[in-house]
This record gives sequence, structure tokens and C-alpha cells, in this order.
Amino acid sequence: MSPTLQMRKIEKRFPGVHALKGVDLSVDAGEVVALLGENGAGKSTLMKVLGGVHQPDSGEVLIDGEPVHITSVSDATRYGIAFIHQELNVLDNLDVAANVFLGREPVRGGPLRLVDTRRMREETRRHLARLGLEIEPDTPLSRLSIAQQQMVEIAKALSQDARILIMDEPTSSLTLSETARLLEVVKELRAQGVGVIYISHRLGEVKEIADRAVVLRDGANAGELAREEIDHDRMVRMMVGRDIQSFYQHPEGEKEPRYFVVESLRTARYPGKRVSFDVGRGEILGLAGLVGSGRSEVASALFGVEPALEADVRLGGEPVRLRSPHDAIRRGIYLVPEDRRAAGLVTDMAVRENVTLPSLERYASALLISFGREREAAKEVCTRLNVKTPSVEARAANLSGGNQQKVVLAKWLSLDPRVLIFDEPTRGVDVGAKAEIYALLRGLAEGGVAVLMISSDMEEILHVSDRVAVMHEGSITGVLGRSECTEENIMRLAVGRQAA
Amino acid sequence: MKKELGTFVLLVLLCAVVTALNPRFLAPANLQNMARLIGAYGIFSIGLGVVIITGGIDLSVGSVFALLGVLLSMMLTQWGLPSALAVLAVIGIAVAIGAFHGFLITRMQMQPFIVTLCGLLFYRGLARFIANDETKGFGTGSGFETLRNLATGSLFGVPTPFVLLVIISVVMWVVLHRSVYGRYLYAVGRNEMAARYSGINVRLVVAGAYVILGALTGIAGIVFAFYTNSISPSSHGNSFELYGIAAAVLGGCSLRGGEGSIVGIIIGAALLQVLQNLVNLLGIPSSLNFAVLGVVILVGVLADQIFQRRSARVKAA
Repeated sequence: MSPTLQMRKIEKRFPGVHALKGVDLSVDAGEVVALLGENGAGKSTLMKVLGGVHQPDSGEVLIDGEPVHITSVSDATRYGIAFIHQELNVLDNLDVAANVFLGREPVRGGPLRLVDTRRMREETRRHLARLGLEIEPDTPLSRLSIAQQQMVEIAKALSQDARILIMDEPTSSLTLSETARLLEVVKELRAQGVGVIYISHRLGEVKEIADRAVVLRDGANAGELAREEIDHDRMVRMMVGRDIQSFYQHPEGEKEPRYFVVESLRTARYPGKRVSFDVGRGEILGLAGLVGSGRSEVASALFGVEPALEADVRLGGEPVRLRSPHDAIRRGIYLVPEDRRAAGLVTDMAVRENVTLPSLERYASALLISFGREREAAKEVCTRLNVKTPSVEARAANLSGGNQQKVVLAKWLSLDPRVLIFDEPTRGVDVGAKAEIYALLRGLAEGGVAVLMISSDMEEILHVSDRVAVMHEGSITGVLGRSECTEENIMRLAVGRQAA
Repeated sequence: MKKELGTFVLLVLLCAVVTALNPRFLAPANLQNMARLIGAYGIFSIGLGVVIITGGIDLSVGSVFALLGVLLSMMLTQWGLPSALAVLAVIGIAVAIGAFHGFLITRMQMQPFIVTLCGLLFYRGLARFIANDETKGFGTGSGFETLRNLATGSLFGVPTPFVLLVIISVVMWVVLHRSVYGRYLYAVGRNEMAARYSGINVRLVVAGAYVILGALTGIAGIVFAFYTNSISPSSHGNSFELYGIAAAVLGGCSLRGGEGSIVGIIIGAALLQVLQNLVNLLGIPSSLNFAVLGVVILVGVLADQIFQRRSARVKAA
């Protein structure tokens, strides 16, 4: 008998990226398959193919052995495929029943098509009972915890006769006891014959629940582990691959250790955790960790965008208070944010205007801008960074990702940075520009800047950093020196285990 | 610049059509009166434009005119304050109102629409209460010559309000298009987050826009008070804010913020007055006044959007 869902030789290319290179995946009824891989390994793309968001370039999807074409989310729903996303998809201004039946409300007859509230609530109660849940169907969603809202989503999937349930990092915002409860529900679903694809970075959960683990690496199947083979080391090794080694030579420049010191930093996202680390002058400290481990929150706190609840920060021995970006900028602490279109650039403005935005007063006398001086400065820094733009008057929106990133960097270069925080320096940047950005970072460090580089790109972390601090659920689980810096060690720390 | 050009062409066309249909349009008296009104309306339209560039709005301007008018009349005729002091007081009150709006919007994080909608109701009510719902004025005889001149006089044949508008426009043009503050204003209007990440004090920039609007409302308020010479607290300045918003939008300001220019706003303000004039000169029933305004603004903005989309498509291709 053929499995409920089978994906065969799925290929998907995006401009510049070969995202899926012939990936296979199958799930049977009553089976929990864990889908593992590092950020960017192709998990999300594969699931988007299943959800009808992306069409595969080649390969086929079979349901009960029959090939199917999924071209929209409603197609996926019709074939019994349902998603529970990391970000919940519920409306908290409605009650539980209205959420479960959103868009498919049962109606009483007649021209007014009045909603049959009673039937809706009765059926909702039935589905909630299937999950062992005691929530009244007329409870407003806003009164439920995140974990309960997630259960409502699962109930919604069941009400649509879901046979394959895809759960993407379902426990990332749950507490320990809520996680245990969710795992019970997943087991219950398995007993009822639902096939589950379980995506998680938390290998402990995977070990507890998965019947099988499928590992992706660089858009291809890296291997598969049967239930009894699943253990931490095997999973990590498979996710990382053994062949990649650090091959960059790091120049050992003159350093002033503990130049930028952060102690007991608490963020609103992880108020119970304290983060401490230090960056030397001339050093690039990589900050690794999985998405959601709290790295960007640390960056926002240090730049004063989302001030820390508490922090003891010293720069060159002097204590600094960072309550707003203005504070940080005055001290020479700059951030190149993760989302450059939203936070890094005013894309509708010219390159010149973007470059000089934080330093505009330098090109003004009596608060009137001297356009000549401004343009000269913008040209000068764009030439230095090799920004490819027809002129400094071009709109920043028209530049490529790599050149936009250079423009964001250019904003800070003329201001003599002392600390530069670089959040995902090469996301959406093509290979050529990547190398240039790495060279710029190294040049800055050699010029006496303390660089903190946050990255989800393992190779980048390994190749660019002098030391690597790894975060897991809001804490730094370890700081690795040059000799200990291996992909395996970083992954171990990133999933909350000790380095080998 | 292209955006202003479209409105400017529309303005010239409209003038040509009206002249063809009724040559009296070009009579000196008619032009003078129109220039006077363009001046008065243009002054506060610039203020509204600045607020709209931040992505905000102000609905309370008309009610503030009523309040300022009533207070000015009482200061001068009942309390016997010297003209200079009364002018300073009126502008000071208007600036304080703007600062208060700015405070509520930036510090209390209230929506500009709500804040100034409440203002629209509150200042109107306050004006009527203070005036005891009686019409106030400055008398028909002599007195307050300097101030009267500001509204009804001329300088070398040019109506004083228009002269005021020219001076204010030059100053505001420098502020908007040449100063650090102006650059920040556009940056905040286009992408508040990126502005914040560049170390700009976003709250101060936004609040500043409401203060500028306050000051310009104060100046225009004095002009309007002496122009009408009688201030009925329940109707003085009624819905003037809408003329200002319309002028700004016609002049290329986007209600999403980040777009607009001084030249555009002035062309927009002029266009509205020409339209008013057209209704009078062409013998269109004055009951249709608002309908004509509404249609022309709608068509103007629609045409602009279509052109913008088309040129964006050309650029993308």
C-alpha cells in the first residue's frame, strides 16, 4: 500500500538559489516524521511546495499513490493537508467556534444565510474533545493562552478532515508543561491515524515523538534516521555534514580585549535570562544561534531600539546607558539591522540622502544643508565601499541587495564607529558582494572597531568570526575560541547542549 | 517636481477656460480678491501639508480659527489689549494648541485623526461658550488699522495676505527643502522605523510639524478674523481644514506621508480658489459649489494616481 503522502524528487530553483535539489519525503497515516535541517536547508521551501505557495520545477506529489497538483492553499486543504505555523493564524477578536469555522460557517437556510451558531459550537466542541480539551466554544480567543490558541488551530485542521498535519516549530513559544501537553496531543493524533510532519530545532522533542527523522542539508536529503537510531549526535552530524571545515585564515591583529563589555543584559523577550559577553577592539565576535534564540533582541537592546530591561554595558572602560538609538549613536555604537528595507533604509529616498541621514548635521551650517558638501561626502563613501549605483541621486530602492547593504554600512562609516553590530550582514546578498562585505568587516575590525556579527549562516559564522558566542532560548550557552570553533560544536550549543 | 507640474497644468487650463467663458476673470478687482483668498488659505494649507508629510492629519483647524477669532475680538475690543500683544497672544495660543496635539500624538501615541477630531468639537464649543454664542467683531469704524491692513490692505497693489503667503512660503520652502529638519520630516514620513534606526528623534520631528501648523494657523486666523470682520462662533472657519487638506493633496502630498512640496501645496490652494471663483463667474448655482470642488479634487487625484502607476510600470519594465 502506498503512503498517504509522498513527495518525489522535488526540484525548485529561485533566481540565484537552487533551493531544493530532488528532495524525497513520505509520510504514512499514523506516523510522525520529523523534518530537520539548519536554517536555509530547504525545509520551509519544501513545505511551501506542499502548501501550494510554490510550484516545484520538477518532481511529483502523490496522495494515496495518486499524483496531485497543489496550486493553492485551498487545494492543499482539499487534499487533507493542514499547517500549524510558528506564527499563529487566529483572529483574537472572535470566539473559538468562529475561528474553527472561519470562512466555512454553517448557515441556516433562507436568503439571509444566517450563521448557524448552535451547530458551529456543537461541532467545535466535538473536535476540541478529540484533542482532550476543555474549552467552551464561545470563549473569546483573546482569553486563551498561546498554547490553547494553538490547540484551536489544530481543532480547525481536524474539522477540515486533515490527514497530514504539518507543524512548524510548534513549541517555540510554549512553556515546558505546555510543550509536554502538545506532545501528548500529537501522540493522540497519531493514534487516530493522522500523519504528522514535525519541524523543530529542539532535538529533545524530536527524540521523544518522532517515528522517523528526515534530515535536509543544502536543499537535498542528507539522510534518514529510524526511531531507534534517533539521537542528538547523529542528528547534528547529519544536519551539519562532516566535510565542511573552516578554511579562512584570520589575521591576529592588535587587540584590546574586553573593549566592549555587556553584562547581565535582560530583554523583554526573555526577561528571566541574563546575557553577558565581551568584544575586543579589532575583534569580530560572531553571535550564532537558531532563529528566535534572542540574538536580534540583544542587538536591538544594545542599539537602544528596544532598550534592555536591565544591562551593564561598558565601552572602553566607561559605563554607557543605551536608552535610544540616539544614545548609542552618540557613543559610536551602530547597528546594521536585519531587515534593511524596513529599518536600514528609506528606500524612497536617494542614496545620498540615506548615507547622510545619521550624520546630516555635519554637512549643514546654521541647520541648512550644504548640498555640495553632502554630495561630495556621499560620493566619497560610496566609492570607498564600491557601491554600484548610477549616481548617488538614484533611489535606494533600485539598488541590488548587496549594494543596499553597503549603503546602510556607509551611513555609519563616516561617523567613526567604535562598535558595529551587524545583524545578518549578507541576507539576500549575492556571492560577489558577500566577499566584499566580509572584507569590509575585516578592514573595520583592523581599523580598531569592535564588531558583533549576528548570523544564521553557518559558513559565515565560521569564516568571518574570531570567536563565536552561541545563543539558545535567550541565554548564551557557550563562547567558542578559534580552535573549538566547529560546525558541530556550534550546533550543539545552539540546541542547548554542551560543546564536545 | 512632475507631480506639481500636473496640478499646475490643470490650474492654467482652468484659468484659460474661465477666461474664455467670462473675461471678467482677468479684471484687476477679481484677480486681487482671488489673490487675497489664495494668501489666506495658502498660509494654513502649508501647515497642514507639513503635518500630512509626517503621515498625520489635523481636522481642528477651522474650529481653532473660530476660537482665535473670538479671543482676538475680545482682547482688542473688550479687554483693550494693545494690538501687538493681542497678536502675540493669539499666535501663542495657536502654537500651544499645536504643541498639545503633538504631545498627545507622539507621547500618548494617540492617532492624529482622533486627537484633532476631538479638537474640532472642543475648540468650536469653547469658542461658542466664551463668546456666549454672540457674533464678535472689530467694529465698522476705524481702529486696528495695522491689523485690518493685514487682511484687507495691499502692498504695491498686491493684497497683503498674498504678500504674507509669499514670505511664509519662502521661509517654509527653506525649512522643508533645505534644512536638516526638513530632511528628517520626509525621512520620518516615508519610513519612521529607518529614521529611528538612524538616530532621529522621531517624536520631536512629528511634534514639531504640529507646532508649525499651530503657528501658521495663528497667522491665518488673524487674517481671517479681520477679513470677515465679524466672527460668528458657530460658523466662522467651518470646514476650512478640509480646504487645507484638499490643497495639500492636490499639490502632491500623500496621506500616507513622506510626499509633498511647498510649491505643490500653493498651486493646490490656488486651484481651489480659482474653482470657487469659477462657480461665481460662470453663474453656476452656488448650491453646487461643494459638488464642483468635490468632483475636481476627485478627478485631479485620480488622474495623478493613474499617471503615477503608469510611470511606475514603465520604470519597472
